[in-house]
Amino acid sequence: MQKIVLLGDEAIAQGAVDAGLSAVYAYPGTPSTEITEYILRSKEAKNGGIVASWTTNEKTSMEMAIGTSYAGKRALVTMKHVGLNVAADAFMNAAITGVNGGIVIVSADDPSMHSSQNEQDSRYYGKFAQIPILEPVNQQDAYDMMSYAFEMSERLNVPVLIRITTRLAHSRAGIVLGEKTPQNELKLPKNSRQFVLLPGIARVQYKSLLANQPLFEKESEEKGYNMLLDGKDKSLGVITTGIAYNYLMENFPEGIDFPVLKIAQYPMPLKMLREFYDSVDEILVCEDGYPLVEEQLKGYLDLGKTVHGRLDGALPRDGELNPNIVAKALGHEIVEQYETPGVVTQRPPALCAGCPHTDSYTALNVVMEYYGEGRVFSDIGCYTLAALEPLESINSCVDMGASITMAKGAAEAGLVPSVAVIGDSTFTHSGLTGLLDCVNAKAPVTVLILDNGTTGMTGGQTSQATGKIEDICIGLGVDKDHVRVINPIKKNHEENIKVMQEEMEYNGVSVVIPRRECIITLGARIRASKKK
Amino acid sequence: MQKDIVLGGVGGQGILTIAATIGTAAVNKGLYLKQSEVHGMSQRGGDVMSNLRLSSEEIFSDLIPQGKADIVIGVEPMEALRHVKMLAKDGWLITNSIPFKNIPNYPEIDGVIEELKRFPKHVILNADQIAKDLGSLKAANMVILGAAIPFIGLELSDFEGALKMIFGKKGDDIVNLNINALKAGMKEAEKFL
Repeated sequence: MQKIVLLGDEAIAQGAVDAGLSAVYAYPGTPSTEITEYILRSKEAKNGGIVASWTTNEKTSMEMAIGTSYAGKRALVTMKHVGLNVAADAFMNAAITGVNGGIVIVSADDPSMHSSQNEQDSRYYGKFAQIPILEPVNQQDAYDMMSYAFEMSERLNVPVLIRITTRLAHSRAGIVLGEKTPQNELKLPKNSRQFVLLPGIARVQYKSLLANQPLFEKESEEKGYNMLLDGKDKSLGVITTGIAYNYLMENFPEGIDFPVLKIAQYPMPLKMLREFYDSVDEILVCEDGYPLVEEQLKGYLDLGKTVHGRLDGALPRDGELNPNIVAKALGHEIVEQYETPGVVTQRPPALCAGCPHTDSYTALNVVMEYYGEGRVFSDIGCYTLAALEPLESINSCVDMGASITMAKGAAEAGLVPSVAVIGDSTFTHSGLTGLLDCVNAKAPVTVLILDNGTTGMTGGQTSQATGKIEDICIGLGVDKDHVRVINPIKKNHEENIKVMQEEMEYNGVSVVIPRRECIITLGARIRASKKK
Repeated sequence: MQKDIVLGGVGGQGILTIAATIGTAAVNKGLYLKQSEVHGMSQRGGDVMSNLRLSSEEIFSDLIPQGKADIVIGVEPMEALRHVKMLAKDGWLITNSIPFKNIPNYPEIDGVIEELKRFPKHVILNADQIAKDLGSLKAANMVILGAAIPFIGLELSDFEGALKMIFGKKGDDIVNLNINALKAGMKEAEKFL
């Protein structure tokens, strides 16, 4: 059978296209970005009239998807795990509205924090919202699950969460494609109040979500993604969730003798779990994330059979799994390894040669020498790398948009001046509201909006801020004399220092916009224009 | 047949082109493939690696177990050493000898090369020079891949086919340059057999 080689992310994207998708909305975030990027590139999606777009943030994406669903069509929303925090309000309530056209949310978790500020496990969100969760074991699963997810979403009137982790997202494998489903026709919800979550209506809908829980569980028991694989050695049983199954099987090239409960769909299949539990002496739980299943299985008092996993130290409490970690938990002998030689030196990521941020920070560092250290609140993007040597310019990076609001809090606590440094795309993602708070409080805060015209860290996606930043700031009430645009190039170093210093001296909200195109997108643009 | 290959380099050095070439050659042969990559923050000049697994049987893990890689390929010498934990005791270490210095404390290159030579099975080559002699420094990656071909278990013709698929749109000159680079790398590797 013909196979095409796709990243896990791309398999999800193609799976959605083949499942009759009408719209995908997303804000880029590692390791989820390539899903929407693939659909944006896909000729098939374009010819089929599939709407694919980057949006200002994950919450607006999620809400647009609910709108698509309202109109009867199938919508996909993709994000990284922390993006689900931003989308959480809409996400939780979508579980109560239910769907008209199917809604699938993909949340890509990043255990070991390869490119993230935490390693939260999105399955808790699925459980919190009480909706079905799918956790593909491999790239083929990821593809196949998309059509099932949309079909189930419509059949059971509920959004479906797909949870993946970095290694599945960013690993390629050969995929066998399935049949294609046509898109839904435009169709209003049968019940005109379905999407009106007034308390009286929401109470009824919430009861129906609760009443549907046994149906969700039945899907988990019967659909075939969860499997109870019997084994003759009952001294141990292993529960795996998602890709942990692969790390287990990697340790048994000749096949495994222990019974295995392979989980790829939630809520947990309780009948299967009961049968498995009763048949084995002890249990090892392998999850590429938080110990969600393990914790539930043990319960508060841990009165049942011995359960090994992340909670008793058989597996590390944090970080992603790999074949060696699982081998150790199984008591397998680890093959002898070479030691890493002492000459090997750390090579941390850094701003690119010619990056405009370097020039912005070089000027800012001079200014901050005057005011004293510890006053620069930053945000999430390439420019966060200025926390490291050689620049060491910034003092915070917490969540999207937090630079501006943390600077306000610190300024009001007496740290004057306080400076916020935020990228253009992060500014429109979550910085606008904080800036309005600053304006309303007349807070003595200087905000540097580093405008490189793109969403750089994730690979140069369209920034929703491009061409609008000054108007937005003035519109929010920043005095137009204190919205200053500078060009961060070496030649302007002295002048840029002067502008920054003037604005820090101003006792109110000021915005400085260092504007120069990202060196990577500039290079790509020049190469593309040469080709033409 | 099963081959586990770790590729190491610096973000922006193009290890994904090597990975894509091996991957395409393997899939064309009807082999199973898993190829995990690094995206995101580390791509900004940090160290990056790719795990490449080819097999005639189904492959489970996207990650190669430590100490079990058949080959570690370094596009850069210190990055080759960074991943020797992955290398099997009888595995091959294949690397470019030319350092990529984007950190202030890059170690003395002589010491790095000396460490590389301690591995019983190694191929160390100046891929940059060989590529320049062929007409373009950009082909250095394919020289390094060429040096690994004798150990991967696929034929040169498999890789030629893959290069035609990957670079075909860019014209015959680019395809031929890359094929010549593969051959030059292979020839260099024979000196170490």
